[in-house]
Amino acid sequence: MARGTIDLWVGIFVTAGFLGLLFLAFKVGSATNFSVAEGYVVTAEFDNIGGLKTKAPVKSAGVVVGRIEKIVFNNRTLRATVSMRLGKQFEFPRDSSVSILTAGLLGEQYVGLDGGGDVELLVDGDQIVLTQSAMVLEKVIGQFLFNKASESGGDK
Amino acid sequence: MFQRGVVAIGRLTVNGIWKIGAGTAFIGNVIARSKMTFARPRLFINEIYFAGTLSLIIIVVSGLFVGLVLGLQGYETLKRYGSAEAVGTLVALSLVRELGPVVAALLFASRAGSAMTAKIGIMKSSDQLSAMEMMAVDPFQRVITPMFWGGFFSMPLLAAIFSAMGILGGYLITVVVIGVDGGAFWSQMQASVDFQGDILNGIYKSIVFGFAVNAIALFEGFDCLPTAEGVSRAVTRTVVTSALAILALDFVLTAFMFTGA
Repeated sequence: MARGTIDLWVGIFVTAGFLGLLFLAFKVGSATNFSVAEGYVVTAEFDNIGGLKTKAPVKSAGVVVGRIEKIVFNNRTLRATVSMRLGKQFEFPRDSSVSILTAGLLGEQYVGLDGGGDVELLVDGDQIVLTQSAMVLEKVIGQFLFNKASESGGDK
Repeated sequence: MFQRGVVAIGRLTVNGIWKIGAGTAFIGNVIARSKMTFARPRLFINEIYFAGTLSLIIIVVSGLFVGLVLGLQGYETLKRYGSAEAVGTLVALSLVRELGPVVAALLFASRAGSAMTAKIGIMKSSDQLSAMEMMAVDPFQRVITPMFWGGFFSMPLLAAIFSAMGILGGYLITVVVIGVDGGAFWSQMQASVDFQGDILNGIYKSIVFGFAVNAIALFEGFDCLPTAEGVSRAVTRTVVTSALAILALDFVLTAFMFTGA
């Protein structure tokens, strides 16, 4: 086969290959997502983290602003210490609060961050004091049954 | 009887160890003598044509059909749970993480790997390799090394094309034909496919598979008995060994890449 034809076809193949890679990178994956490699780390202590996993998103007003980096058990306070890395372009007041929420009924758990009203901002290494633990289904059902029982007990 | 069995085990072991050693030495040789491949890009480009471009049709068509089937089956199952939009995630993750690299490598081994083995085997059995040596042309540098690098370069591109076509196939069947919401299809996919964790790991996998398949194909061709039957056996061994190597390596790589997160 002529040299030019081979070159043409190899060119088509290589172009198609790189287009495939670009398609995977930008259309399928989300390379446009901000990288949280640079950012600042804040911690928060929870009584119960439920099913929270590392790398779960941290959302504020529904927008992903960071990721969970590390979850450790604090032996002194007997609570879970969650470190989260927030993107450096996001700034939050110091009295912001975090709670563990669930996406949908059976979805994965994430951390919701609600901004406060303080003029000072959270910086690297800060600890968020206001936390709300994960909702544990068994506990909620238990509470509900307990309330029902005490209600019907009061009627009699 | 008993003694014969032990002898057979011993021979298998010795042969196996010999093969591992010879194969490693062969690959070391190929890599050590690859200067000429890059000094003469014409050789390299011809091999990309041979291994990559000619595999394009089978990769594109099978990728498309794998995506169509994944989309259809995923949709049928997911719609029971009212989350038909998640079919994009299912198709993309299964293709990018596993099916893309693995199936593309299997197809590559049967399409290009077997052809490489046959080519080298026939060159060997018709004494073309010896003839080259007589003319002071190193057959490693002139024939084997360009083939290796051409195939090695083509494999990740083929895997990427396979995954991309599969995802397009999934899009076609679920969004265009069945009528799942297109925006949700893409956005759910993008939310759950991680560039580093999923796409890059898939590419690393295809690079490893490319190395393994090309090394096996070339070694089997170089190592075959220089007869018609020897060449045919070598081609069979290439396909079988490559398939086993791909699946075993895939398990090992998956165990390293996708656990512990």
